[in-house]
Amino acid sequence: MTRTVNILDLGARCLGEKALELVRELKRSQDGNLPPYNEDGIRQVVEEMRALFEQNQLEVRATTDGERGLLSGIQLRHACLERNQRCLLAYVHHRMTRIRDYRWQTGSVLPPSFRLSLCEQEIQWFTHYNRSLATYMRSIAPTGLDLTQHLQPPKSLLVEVRCLEDYGEFEMEDGTVVLLHKNTQHYLPRSQCEPLIRQGVLEHIH
Amino acid sequence: MVCEMAESAREREGDESGGSDEYEYVTLTSAEVLEKLEEAWQNERFAPELLEHKTEVVDCVLEQIKEMEENLSHVGRGDFVAGIHRLELDRVQYVLRSYLRTRLEKIERHVLHVLEQEADGSSSSRLSPEELVFAKEYADNMEAHLQSLVLQHMPSNLQKLDHSKAVSRPNMDSYVFVRAVERTEQVNVDPHSADNVGY
Repeated sequence: MTRTVNILDLGARCLGEKALELVRELKRSQDGNLPPYNEDGIRQVVEEMRALFEQNQLEVRATTDGERGLLSGIQLRHACLERNQRCLLAYVHHRMTRIRDYRWQTGSVLPPSFRLSLCEQEIQWFTHYNRSLATYMRSIAPTGLDLTQHLQPPKSLLVEVRCLEDYGEFEMEDGTVVLLHKNTQHYLPRSQCEPLIRQGVLEHIH
Repeated sequence: MVCEMAESAREREGDESGGSDEYEYVTLTSAEVLEKLEEAWQNERFAPELLEHKTEVVDCVLEQIKEMEENLSHVGRGDFVAGIHRLELDRVQYVLRSYLRTRLEKIERHVLHVLEQEADGSSSSRLSPEELVFAKEYADNMEAHLQSLVLQHMPSNLQKLDHSKAVSRPNMDSYVFVRAVERTEQVNVDPHSADNVGY
Protein backbone atom coordinates (compact mmCIF):
# COMPACT_ATOMS: atom_id res chain seq x y z
CA MET A 1 0.00 0.00 0.00
CA THR A 2 1.39 3.37 -0.84
CA ARG A 3 0.60 6.33 1.18
CA THR A 4 1.16 9.95 0.23
CA VAL A 5 3.39 11.65 2.67
CA ASN A 6 2.31 15.13 3.48
CA ILE A 7 5.71 16.76 3.59
CA LEU A 8 4.49 20.23 4.23
CA ASP A 9 2.17 22.54 2.48
CA LEU A 10 4.47 25.10 0.95
CA GLY A 11 2.76 25.68 -2.33
CA ALA A 12 4.68 24.65 -5.40
CA ARG A 13 8.06 25.56 -4.01
CA CYS A 14 10.64 22.90 -3.36
CA LEU A 15 12.04 22.42 0.07
CA GLY A 16 15.44 23.90 0.60
CA GLU A 17 15.19 26.10 -2.46
CA LYS A 18 15.45 29.34 -0.53
CA ALA A 19 18.59 28.20 1.25
CA LEU A 20 20.19 27.17 -2.00
CA GLU A 21 19.28 30.53 -3.47
CA LEU A 22 21.22 32.26 -0.71
CA VAL A 23 24.32 30.23 -1.38
CA ARG A 24 24.00 30.84 -5.10
CA GLU A 25 23.71 34.54 -4.54
CA LEU A 26 27.15 34.55 -2.95
CA LYS A 27 28.60 32.28 -5.58
CA ARG A 28 27.45 34.60 -8.34
CA SER A 29 29.11 37.59 -6.71
CA GLN A 30 32.39 35.73 -6.25
CA ASP A 31 34.66 38.40 -7.65
CA GLY A 32 32.46 41.44 -7.47
CA ASN A 33 31.13 43.32 -4.50
CA LEU A 34 29.67 41.58 -1.53
CA PRO A 35 25.87 41.65 -1.82
CA PRO A 36 23.92 43.05 1.14
CA TYR A 37 23.19 40.70 3.98
CA ASN A 38 20.01 38.95 2.93
CA GLU A 39 18.06 39.13 6.13
CA ASP A 40 14.78 38.41 4.45
CA GLY A 41 16.11 35.26 2.79
CA ILE A 42 17.51 34.00 6.06
CA ARG A 43 14.23 34.64 7.81
CA GLN A 44 12.32 32.69 5.20
CA VAL A 45 14.64 29.72 5.54
CA VAL A 46 14.34 29.82 9.30
CA GLU A 47 10.57 29.92 8.99
CA GLU A 48 10.61 26.94 6.68
CA MET A 49 12.74 25.10 9.18
CA ARG A 50 10.42 25.94 12.02
CA ALA A 51 7.44 24.61 10.09
CA LEU A 52 9.29 21.43 9.17
CA PHE A 53 10.34 20.95 12.75
CA GLU A 54 6.84 21.38 14.10
CA GLN A 55 5.41 18.97 11.57
CA ASN A 56 8.09 16.48 12.51
CA GLN A 57 7.34 16.74 16.18
CA LEU A 58 3.68 16.14 15.54
CA GLU A 59 4.41 13.04 13.54
CA VAL A 60 6.98 11.71 15.96
CA ARG A 61 4.38 11.97 18.67
CA ALA A 62 1.87 10.18 16.46
CA THR A 63 4.39 7.44 15.73
CA THR A 64 5.11 6.82 19.38
CA ASP A 65 1.37 6.63 19.87
CA GLY A 66 1.31 3.73 17.45
CA GLU A 67 0.66 5.18 14.03
CA ARG A 68 2.72 3.59 11.27
CA GLY A 69 4.10 4.73 7.97
CA LEU A 70 5.24 8.19 9.01
CA LEU A 71 8.91 7.49 9.47
CA SER A 72 10.06 8.13 5.92
CA GLY A 73 8.44 11.55 5.97
CA ILE A 74 10.13 12.37 9.24
CA GLN A 75 13.47 11.36 7.88
CA LEU A 76 13.06 13.39 4.76
CA ARG A 77 12.12 16.44 6.77
CA HIS A 78 15.04 15.97 9.07
CA ALA A 79 17.39 15.76 6.12
CA CYS A 80 15.90 19.03 4.84
CA LEU A 81 16.44 20.63 8.22
CA GLU A 82 20.08 19.61 8.29
CA ARG A 83 20.60 20.77 4.77
CA ASN A 84 19.07 24.15 5.47
CA GLN A 85 21.20 24.56 8.54
CA ARG A 86 24.26 23.72 6.53
CA CYS A 87 23.37 26.21 3.82
CA LEU A 88 22.80 29.03 6.27
CA LEU A 89 26.07 28.32 8.04
CA ALA A 90 27.87 28.25 4.73
CA TYR A 91 26.26 31.55 3.78
CA VAL A 92 27.33 33.32 6.94
CA HIS A 93 30.75 31.70 7.04
CA HIS A 94 31.53 32.56 3.47
CA ARG A 95 30.57 36.17 4.04
CA MET A 96 32.84 36.13 7.04
CA THR A 97 35.82 35.05 4.97
CA ARG A 98 35.03 37.70 2.39
CA ILE A 99 35.04 40.38 5.06
CA ARG A 100 38.30 38.98 6.31
CA ASP A 101 39.84 39.26 2.84
CA TYR A 102 38.67 42.82 2.74
CA ARG A 103 40.55 43.53 5.96
CA TRP A 104 43.77 42.36 4.33
CA GLN A 105 43.19 44.30 1.15
CA THR A 106 42.12 47.68 2.38
CA GLY A 107 42.94 47.96 6.04
CA SER A 108 41.18 48.25 9.33
CA VAL A 109 38.66 50.91 8.36
CA LEU A 110 35.68 49.78 6.33
CA PRO A 111 34.68 52.10 3.51
CA PRO A 112 31.06 53.25 3.87
CA SER A 113 29.95 51.55 0.66
CA PHE A 114 31.15 48.21 1.98
CA ARG A 115 29.80 48.80 5.44
CA LEU A 116 26.30 49.22 4.02
CA SER A 117 26.13 45.64 2.83
CA LEU A 118 27.00 44.21 6.22
CA CYS A 119 24.64 43.50 9.04
CA GLU A 120 25.32 44.65 12.55
CA GLN A 121 26.74 41.35 13.77
CA GLU A 122 29.11 41.23 10.86
CA ILE A 123 30.48 44.63 11.71
CA GLN A 124 30.88 43.40 15.23
CA TRP A 125 32.74 40.34 14.00
CA PHE A 126 34.99 42.54 11.93
CA THR A 127 35.84 44.67 14.96
CA HIS A 128 36.68 41.57 16.97
CA TYR A 129 38.79 40.19 14.15
CA ASN A 130 40.63 43.44 13.84
CA ARG A 131 41.36 43.46 17.51
CA SER A 132 42.75 39.93 17.66
CA LEU A 133 44.81 40.49 14.54
CA ALA A 134 46.28 43.65 16.01
CA THR A 135 47.05 41.84 19.26
CA TYR A 136 48.79 39.11 17.35
CA MET A 137 50.85 41.49 15.24
CA ARG A 138 51.88 43.41 18.33
CA SER A 139 52.90 40.25 20.15
CA ILE A 140 55.30 38.77 17.59
CA ALA A 141 57.95 41.41 17.92
CA PRO A 142 58.75 43.89 20.67
CA THR A 143 57.95 46.76 18.34
CA GLY A 144 55.17 44.93 16.50
CA LEU A 145 55.18 43.63 12.98
CA ASP A 146 52.59 44.81 10.51
CA LEU A 147 51.77 41.75 8.45
CA THR A 148 49.52 43.69 6.13
CA GLN A 149 52.56 45.44 4.69
CA HIS A 150 54.82 43.87 2.07
CA LEU A 151 52.07 41.86 0.42
CA GLN A 152 53.87 41.60 -2.91
CA PRO A 153 57.41 40.39 -3.46
CA PRO A 154 59.55 43.46 -4.10
CA LYS A 155 60.98 43.89 -7.57
CA SER A 156 62.63 47.22 -7.12
CA LEU A 157 63.14 49.75 -4.40
CA LEU A 158 61.38 52.62 -6.09
CA VAL A 159 58.29 52.46 -8.21
CA GLU A 160 56.64 54.88 -10.53
CA VAL A 161 53.13 55.70 -9.47
CA ARG A 162 50.38 57.87 -10.83
CA CYS A 163 48.08 59.68 -8.50
CA LEU A 164 44.40 58.97 -9.14
CA GLU A 165 42.87 61.45 -6.75
CA ASP A 166 43.78 64.55 -4.81
CA TYR A 167 45.29 63.10 -1.69
CA GLY A 168 47.19 66.07 -0.34
CA GLU A 169 50.47 65.90 1.48
CA PHE A 170 52.08 62.56 2.11
CA GLU A 171 54.92 62.38 4.55
CA MET A 172 57.43 59.61 4.14
CA GLU A 173 59.47 57.85 6.78
CA ASP A 174 62.51 60.03 6.30
CA GLY A 175 60.46 63.18 6.63
CA THR A 176 60.20 64.18 2.99
CA VAL A 177 56.79 65.49 2.09
CA VAL A 178 55.32 64.76 -1.31
CA LEU A 179 52.30 66.58 -2.63
CA LEU A 180 49.97 64.08 -4.24
CA HIS A 181 47.75 65.78 -6.80
CA LYS A 182 45.45 64.08 -9.23
CA ASN A 183 47.19 62.89 -12.41
CA THR A 184 50.71 63.62 -11.20
CA GLN A 185 53.41 61.00 -11.44
CA HIS A 186 55.93 60.22 -8.74
CA TYR A 187 58.88 57.97 -8.18
CA LEU A 188 58.54 56.72 -4.61
CA PRO A 189 59.82 53.95 -2.35
CA ARG A 190 57.59 50.95 -2.93
CA SER A 191 57.25 49.96 0.70
CA GLN A 192 55.75 53.29 1.63
CA CYS A 193 53.26 53.76 -1.12
CA GLU A 194 52.01 50.17 -1.01
CA PRO A 195 49.09 51.00 1.29
CA LEU A 196 48.09 53.92 -0.92
CA ILE A 197 48.18 51.71 -4.00
CA ARG A 198 45.87 49.23 -2.30
CA GLN A 199 43.52 52.02 -1.26
CA GLY A 200 43.33 53.15 -4.84
CA VAL A 201 44.92 56.55 -4.32
CA LEU A 202 47.95 55.66 -6.39
CA GLU A 203 48.28 53.49 -9.43
CA HIS A 204 51.42 51.48 -10.01
CA ILE A 205 52.50 52.17 -13.56
CA HIS A 206 56.01 50.90 -13.82
CA MET B 1 68.45 34.03 -4.34
CA VAL B 2 71.92 34.97 -3.22
CA CYS B 3 71.96 36.60 0.14
CA GLU B 4 73.89 39.81 0.25
CA MET B 5 73.14 41.09 3.66
CA ALA B 6 75.13 43.83 5.24
CA GLU B 7 76.34 41.71 8.05
CA SER B 8 76.70 38.48 6.19
CA ALA B 9 80.44 38.45 6.77
CA ARG B 10 80.06 39.02 10.43
CA GLU B 11 79.13 35.99 12.41
CA ARG B 12 76.37 36.22 14.86
CA GLU B 13 74.88 33.90 17.36
CA GLY B 14 71.51 32.36 16.96
CA ASP B 15 70.04 29.82 19.24
CA GLU B 16 68.76 26.79 17.45
CA SER B 17 67.41 23.75 19.15
CA GLY B 18 69.92 21.08 18.30
CA GLY B 19 68.72 17.66 19.31
CA SER B 20 65.30 16.61 20.43
CA ASP B 21 65.91 17.19 24.12
CA GLU B 22 69.09 19.12 24.56
CA TYR B 23 69.56 22.68 23.49
CA GLU B 24 72.71 23.47 21.64
CA TYR B 25 73.96 26.87 20.73
CA VAL B 26 74.92 27.00 17.12
CA THR B 27 76.54 29.96 15.53
CA LEU B 28 74.94 30.88 12.25
CA THR B 29 75.74 33.54 9.78
CA SER B 30 72.86 35.70 8.78
CA ALA B 31 72.89 34.13 5.34
CA GLU B 32 72.32 30.75 6.94
CA VAL B 33 69.50 32.06 9.06
CA LEU B 34 67.92 33.51 5.98
CA GLU B 35 68.25 30.21 4.22
CA LYS B 36 66.49 28.52 7.10
CA LEU B 37 63.70 31.07 6.94
CA GLU B 38 63.30 30.54 3.23
CA GLU B 39 63.18 26.81 3.71
CA ALA B 40 60.52 27.15 6.39
CA TRP B 41 58.61 29.55 4.17
CA GLN B 42 58.65 27.27 1.15
CA ASN B 43 57.65 24.24 3.18
CA GLU B 44 54.85 26.15 4.80
CA ARG B 45 53.53 27.40 1.50
CA PHE B 46 53.49 24.04 -0.18
CA ALA B 47 52.28 21.88 2.67
CA PRO B 48 48.55 21.36 3.04
CA GLU B 49 48.66 21.39 6.82
CA LEU B 50 50.19 23.64 9.40
CA LEU B 51 53.83 22.85 10.15
CA GLU B 52 55.80 23.55 13.25
CA HIS B 53 56.46 27.14 14.04
CA LYS B 54 60.10 28.11 13.62
CA THR B 55 60.21 30.51 16.49
CA GLU B 56 63.98 30.70 16.72
CA VAL B 57 64.42 31.51 13.07
CA VAL B 58 61.74 34.17 13.13
CA ASP B 59 63.18 35.82 16.22
CA CYS B 60 66.63 35.71 14.73
CA VAL B 61 65.54 37.33 11.49
CA LEU B 62 63.56 39.97 13.35
CA GLU B 63 66.65 40.91 15.28
CA GLN B 64 68.67 41.14 12.11
CA ILE B 65 66.12 43.30 10.39
CA LYS B 66 66.31 45.68 13.29
CA GLU B 67 70.07 45.74 13.15
CA MET B 68 70.11 46.33 9.43
CA GLU B 69 67.60 49.11 9.69
CA GLU B 70 69.76 50.79 12.27
CA ASN B 71 72.82 50.45 10.11
CA LEU B 72 71.02 51.82 7.12
CA SER B 73 69.64 54.80 8.93
CA HIS B 74 73.16 56.22 9.20
CA VAL B 75 73.77 55.99 5.48
CA GLY B 76 72.89 58.91 3.25
CA ARG B 77 70.20 58.76 0.63
CA GLY B 78 72.31 58.84 -2.47
CA ASP B 79 74.49 55.88 -1.61
CA PHE B 80 74.17 53.22 -4.29
CA VAL B 81 75.21 50.31 -2.08
CA ALA B 82 72.72 51.35 0.56
CA GLY B 83 69.99 51.11 -2.06
CA ILE B 84 70.87 47.52 -2.77
CA HIS B 85 70.90 46.73 0.90
CA ARG B 86 67.52 48.38 1.32
CA LEU B 87 66.09 46.26 -1.45
CA GLU B 88 67.51 43.17 0.17
CA LEU B 89 65.97 44.25 3.44
CA ASP B 90 62.63 44.63 1.68
CA ARG B 91 62.96 41.11 0.36
CA VAL B 92 63.66 39.69 3.79
CA GLN B 93 60.71 41.62 5.18
CA TYR B 94 58.51 40.16 2.49
CA VAL B 95 59.60 36.56 3.08
CA LEU B 96 59.17 36.88 6.82
CA ARG B 97 55.72 38.41 6.57
CA SER B 98 54.62 36.03 3.90
CA TYR B 99 55.67 33.13 6.11
CA LEU B 100 53.66 34.38 9.06
CA ARG B 101 50.73 35.30 6.84
CA THR B 102 50.59 31.84 5.32
CA ARG B 103 50.48 30.36 8.76
CA LEU B 104 47.71 32.67 9.86
CA GLU B 105 45.68 31.80 6.79
CA LYS B 106 46.02 28.12 7.53
CA ILE B 107 45.10 28.65 11.15
CA GLU B 108 42.02 30.57 10.14
CA ARG B 109 40.94 28.09 7.54
CA HIS B 110 41.24 25.05 9.78
CA VAL B 111 40.91 26.74 13.11
CA LEU B 112 38.81 24.09 14.84
CA HIS B 113 40.99 21.32 13.52
CA VAL B 114 44.16 23.08 14.65
CA LEU B 115 42.77 23.66 18.12
CA GLU B 116 41.66 20.04 18.34
CA GLN B 117 45.15 18.92 17.51
CA GLU B 118 46.56 21.30 20.04
CA ALA B 119 44.23 20.07 22.77
CA ASP B 120 44.98 16.50 21.84
CA GLY B 121 48.52 16.85 23.08
CA SER B 122 49.78 13.70 21.37
CA SER B 123 52.07 15.58 19.02
CA SER B 124 54.17 18.53 19.99
CA SER B 125 52.60 21.93 19.67
CA ARG B 126 52.73 23.45 16.23
CA LEU B 127 51.60 26.90 17.17
CA SER B 128 53.61 29.59 18.79
CA PRO B 129 52.03 30.94 21.98
CA GLU B 130 50.96 34.09 20.14
CA GLU B 131 49.36 32.09 17.36
CA LEU B 132 47.53 29.97 19.92
CA VAL B 133 46.02 33.08 21.46
CA PHE B 134 44.99 34.27 18.03
CA ALA B 135 43.52 30.90 17.06
CA LYS B 136 41.44 30.72 20.22
CA GLU B 137 40.12 34.22 19.78
CA TYR B 138 39.34 33.55 16.16
CA ALA B 139 37.46 30.34 16.94
CA ASP B 140 35.46 31.96 19.74
CA ASN B 141 34.65 34.92 17.57
CA MET B 142 33.56 32.70 14.70
CA GLU B 143 31.34 30.52 16.85
CA ALA B 144 29.76 33.52 18.54
CA HIS B 145 29.12 35.01 15.12
CA LEU B 146 27.50 31.87 13.73
CA GLN B 147 25.53 31.48 16.91
CA SER B 148 24.11 34.97 16.86
CA LEU B 149 23.25 35.00 13.17
CA VAL B 150 22.09 31.48 12.45
CA LEU B 151 22.16 28.88 15.15
CA GLN B 152 20.05 30.58 17.79
CA HIS B 153 17.15 30.80 15.35
CA MET B 154 17.25 27.09 14.64
CA PRO B 155 14.90 24.48 16.07
CA SER B 156 16.15 23.16 19.38
CA ASN B 157 17.90 20.05 18.09
CA LEU B 158 19.98 21.94 15.52
CA GLN B 159 21.36 24.74 17.64
CA LYS B 160 24.75 23.20 18.15
CA LEU B 161 27.58 23.29 15.67
CA ASP B 162 28.24 19.67 14.79
CA HIS B 163 32.01 19.43 14.90
CA SER B 164 32.22 16.09 13.16
CA LYS B 165 30.58 17.59 10.08
CA ALA B 166 31.46 21.25 10.12
CA VAL B 167 35.19 21.17 10.78
CA SER B 168 37.27 21.81 7.70
CA ARG B 169 40.44 19.80 7.67
CA PRO B 170 43.51 20.05 5.50
CA ASN B 171 43.68 17.62 2.66
CA MET B 172 46.48 15.37 3.79
CA ASP B 173 46.36 13.32 0.61
CA SER B 174 47.22 16.21 -1.63
CA TYR B 175 50.44 15.99 -3.58
CA VAL B 176 53.47 17.98 -2.59
CA PHE B 177 56.66 18.81 -4.39
CA VAL B 178 59.83 17.43 -2.93
CA ARG B 179 63.44 18.03 -3.62
CA ALA B 180 65.96 15.35 -2.75
CA VAL B 181 68.40 16.77 -0.27
CA GLU B 182 70.65 13.76 -0.21
CA ARG B 183 71.08 10.65 -2.28
CA THR B 184 68.92 7.76 -1.23
CA GLU B 185 68.81 4.51 -3.15
CA GLN B 186 65.24 3.62 -2.59
CA VAL B 187 62.22 5.22 -1.01
CA ASN B 188 59.15 3.24 -0.18
CA VAL B 189 56.00 5.12 -0.88
CA ASP B 190 53.20 3.39 0.91
CA PRO B 191 49.84 4.74 -0.12
CA HIS B 192 48.32 3.67 3.19
CA SER B 193 50.67 5.42 5.51
CA ALA B 194 50.59 9.10 6.15
CA ASP B 195 54.33 9.28 6.65
CA ASN B 196 55.28 9.52 3.04
CA VAL B 197 54.75 13.24 2.93
CA GLY B 198 58.26 14.55 3.08
CA TYR B 199 59.41 18.05 2.46
